[in-house]
Amino acid sequence: MSDTPYYPMTRQATCPFAPAAAIRDAEPVSKVRIWDGSTPWLVTRHADQRDLLNDPRLSIDEKKPGYPHMTKARAAIAPHIPELITNTDPPEHTRLRRTVNAPFMVKRVEALRPQIQRVIDGLIDDMLAGPHPVDLVQAIGLPVPTLVITEILGVPYADHAFFQAASRRAISHDTDPDDDAPSGQALGEYLGELLTQKIAAPADDVLSEMGARVTAGEMTFAEAVTMGSAILIAGHETSASMISLGTLALLRSPEQLELLRTRSDDPKFVANAAEELLRYLTIVHSGIRRIAVEDIELHDTVIRAGDGVIFELAGANYDPAAFPDPERLDLTRPARSHHAFGYGAHQCLGQSLARVELQVVYSTLYRRIPTLALAVPFEEVEFAMEGVAYGLKSLPVTW
Amino acid sequence: MKVEFDEPKCVAAGQCAMVAPDVFDQRDDDGVAILLDPTPPEDQHDSVREAAAVCPAAAIRLTTP
Ligand code: HEM
Ligand code: HEM
Ligand code: SF4
Repeated sequence: MSDTPYYPMTRQATCPFAPAAAIRDAEPVSKVRIWDGSTPWLVTRHADQRDLLNDPRLSIDEKKPGYPHMTKARAAIAPHIPELITNTDPPEHTRLRRTVNAPFMVKRVEALRPQIQRVIDGLIDDMLAGPHPVDLVQAIGLPVPTLVITEILGVPYADHAFFQAASRRAISHDTDPDDDAPSGQALGEYLGELLTQKIAAPADDVLSEMGARVTAGEMTFAEAVTMGSAILIAGHETSASMISLGTLALLRSPEQLELLRTRSDDPKFVANAAEELLRYLTIVHSGIRRIAVEDIELHDTVIRAGDGVIFELAGANYDPAAFPDPERLDLTRPARSHHAFGYGAHQCLGQSLARVELQVVYSTLYRRIPTLALAVPFEEVEFAMEGVAYGLKSLPVTW
Repeated sequence: MKVEFDEPKCVAAGQCAMVAPDVFDQRDDDGVAILLDPTPPEDQHDSVREAAAVCPAAAIRLTTP
């Protein structure tokens, strides 16, 4: 099977961001070859993904032989990772997820909206007070999730600088892989100390809440620390990418940007605009991965027990049966059923938080800086394509 | 319209509470959905249909008598 296409696929030569034509033209289910030479199935259509991502014949248990790991490094650590929401199936997954879910509930996150608005207004104030051009990734994209997560976890103000530096190092696109462990370790140690303090003197924040669950015997100390860093890491690069890439996509579609600016006081319009940008950008670009535990018939194909299965989210989000004329960024189209956050039991835990962050940024940044423009030609914008989600290395803007 | 909610499946993502807040809420301690109104009035039908469509766990079923 030497003509089995390699996955992840390279994108178009014409556009560095459009999903590879090979994904959009792929059969609903076909074999691909991944880094270790194995050939899992690639499932590309919206309707099939919805059916299968809730199908108990598929498992996310990455310890099973044949699981299609993302990278060699992930394959190497998989056997050593404790049971978490990210590697268990229902009903164990359901139990674990309910222990960490409370802070991410819609009403809890909505209550943070004024705080998030203040964070973003403050960053824009600083940006306007300084010289330009500036790099929007450093000025807005990265600080928004860092500051928001710092507040949610309950990191004391005095530790903000250390915490931000450590998390920046743990999640950076530019991190030297050999350097990764020490910075991740520093963060884990810090979170462990903070958790101990929160157990002794609880406050109104996520770490205190997890501390109470540790005391009640509902989760172990180590699970709470792992969950704390998972929240930090999973919610960081992703939100930062959506902010900077979303801005770039809007600058390329000036009429859509103008529409968003003029309707930025309409929460329904803004909410849908964020969904459409999530669909159009589909930043998680290396597929979400499962393994079959029973045979599954799909369109005249049989996926055998033990076969790996990869769900290409851009396939679903650019499936013309679900989103007509998918190559068009159209902030007015109904976009909510996109798979940018995945689908099924593992659908993103932080989605409500990410939504509020994005809605606040998209409704504030272009309204407050109506002349925002790229400071370099489009062709010179630098991308970060490695990693689970793609993003921008920098986005020089002026006004 | 009659709404059925399969609680054991719910992963508490809260999409239902976001799109149909008059029909769904979330439990304070773990976020699991609460069905407030199993026979919602006509003006809620569109948002309830949307809630059923976006529910990632397929935990919401609609029947029309
Ligand atoms: C725009 C931003 C984001 C995008 C596009 C995104 C995307 C995703 C996707 C596609 C998955 C599914 C993985 C799978 O099924 O295998 C996922 C899961 C997850 N996300 Fe996000 N995410 C975002 C922001 C966040 C934030 C802000 C947080 C936390 C604060 C977060 C925490 C998580 C966690 C913990 C999981 C694992 C859930 C589980 O396995 O049950 N994410 N995310
Ligand atoms: C957030 C960023 C972007 C996204 C999501 C995006 C997405 C897309 C999509 C979906 C298409 C249509 C492809 C097709 O019909 O097959 C396209 C076309 C194209 N893109 Fe991008 N794009 C982005 C930014 C850029 C940038 C920065 C450049 C310049 C370097 C660029 C250059 C092009 C070109 C030359 C085409 C083909 C001609 C056209 O329709 O304009 N794109 N892009
Ligand atoms: S959308 Fe579905 S999974 Fe999410 S809270 Fe509502 S019923 Fe539960």
